[in-house]
Amino acid sequence: MTPVFLVAAALAVAGALGVILSRQPVHSVLALVLNFLGLAALYISMDAEFLGVVQLIIYAGAIMVLFLFVIGLLTARKDPVEREAGEPLPLQRPLSIAAAGTLALLLGGSLLVARFGGRPGVPTGFGTVKEFGRHLLVTHVLPFELTAFVLMVAVVGVIVLVGRKQA
Amino acid sequence: MEALAVAAKSFVVINAVLVAFAYILLFERKILGWMQYRKGPNRVGPWGLLQPIADAVKMFLKEDIIPKDADRLVFQLAPIVSLAVALTAFAFVPIGPGLAVVKDADAGMLALMAVLSLEVYGVALGGWASQSKYALMGALRSTAQLISYELAMGMTVLAVFIMAGSTRFDAIVASQEGLWNIVRMPLAFLLFFIAMLAETARTPFDLPESESELVAGYHTEYSGMRFGMFFMAEYVNLVTATALITLLFLGGWLGPAFLPGWVWFLLKQSLVIFLFIWIRATLPRFRYDRLMAFGWKVMLPLAALNLVVYATWAALA
Repeated sequence: MTPVFLVAAALAVAGALGVILSRQPVHSVLALVLNFLGLAALYISMDAEFLGVVQLIIYAGAIMVLFLFVIGLLTARKDPVEREAGEPLPLQRPLSIAAAGTLALLLGGSLLVARFGGRPGVPTGFGTVKEFGRHLLVTHVLPFELTAFVLMVAVVGVIVLVGRKQA
Repeated sequence: MEALAVAAKSFVVINAVLVAFAYILLFERKILGWMQYRKGPNRVGPWGLLQPIADAVKMFLKEDIIPKDADRLVFQLAPIVSLAVALTAFAFVPIGPGLAVVKDADAGMLALMAVLSLEVYGVALGGWASQSKYALMGALRSTAQLISYELAMGMTVLAVFIMAGSTRFDAIVASQEGLWNIVRMPLAFLLFFIAMLAETARTPFDLPESESELVAGYHTEYSGMRFGMFFMAEYVNLVTATALITLLFLGGWLGPAFLPGWVWFLLKQSLVIFLFIWIRATLPRFRYDRLMAFGWKVMLPLAALNLVVYATWAALA
């Protein structure tokens, strides 16, 4: 329990709470960025500098900016948030409680395993550029390439959908 | 103890950078003045040397105005984010062997790029929270611009990483012993230089605040020290960007031994800053669609080509 871990974890939890508690969508986006900052700090505190940096570049620096773009434009005029009667989705609360319970069970289970199961700790070289590259391009090369293919399909799809029509 | 040392170092560096900001601004105004056949600031102190202090005092005394419709929290947060991100990025910049706030970071340059990629937030949030069409337009433009040119910048930096075989600044500088990267990869230098101009939103890429069409872009509604913070962030980013050009392409602190490394570094960096100012005095502004087309259709393919060429070279050598 280093001080860095405590601060970073508190940041991440505060960010996560902020996402679901804020009324203004842009505030939610900001809270999520805060959450990502906390996560990145956690990675770095585990000597996984590269993972932390990638977390910042990809999620905080690129994906959340896109979110901010869309949400910022949709709510450019600050209209009061519409309050509908009751829950927008049926069974919203029971379902979310069930999901949270499952997550808590999994988390508690892994904690117990880590404490008593004699699971080895963090492997050496965890999160360094070299180790990360080896896992990505040697151990898991097929899923990696498949993901790249799926993304490529998405890019082509976007161009087909919104591309300029030939005059 | 270590935390205290880092805090003390950060304090010194932040103050040094902010003083540097004030005098780079004066330097810029003087040079712009000379290039335009006028004298530049010359009333406050000898050669206008006290002008930055007068400006700072004025900034602090100005009224702090928050627009009625603004999202107060985000409006107040945006300039802080902007300046904090700019200063954090500078923490990774070494001005001599081991002379950085964060020493010997394993992913040094990558970490710096990660922090720089957060720079968008201050601008985007400031523009959005102002609830003004000029500010929103400015924020949209600069977000699009920053993201587009970040891509080309990243690709170019990858080529530098491959040649150095590392993302650490000391290794990148050491790899340029005898042959600076500006000679070894001139195209990469040109692309990176242009990308840095765009990332710092300097002329000819100053569309985010093009005063002739958008009043002042994303900080139109800001006044007093909040505006001052945006302004400071812009110049701290200029310092970081020129330092990066020096480190990645001009051999960093390498130079003949009769001067210490950090002096060479600062000399080279000053030269790059002068180039930036010279460009500002010379070139007109891009048109917005041309800017986007240039970023995606010229910069990005060239950066990719550059990457492939040097990756092949590194693989064969």
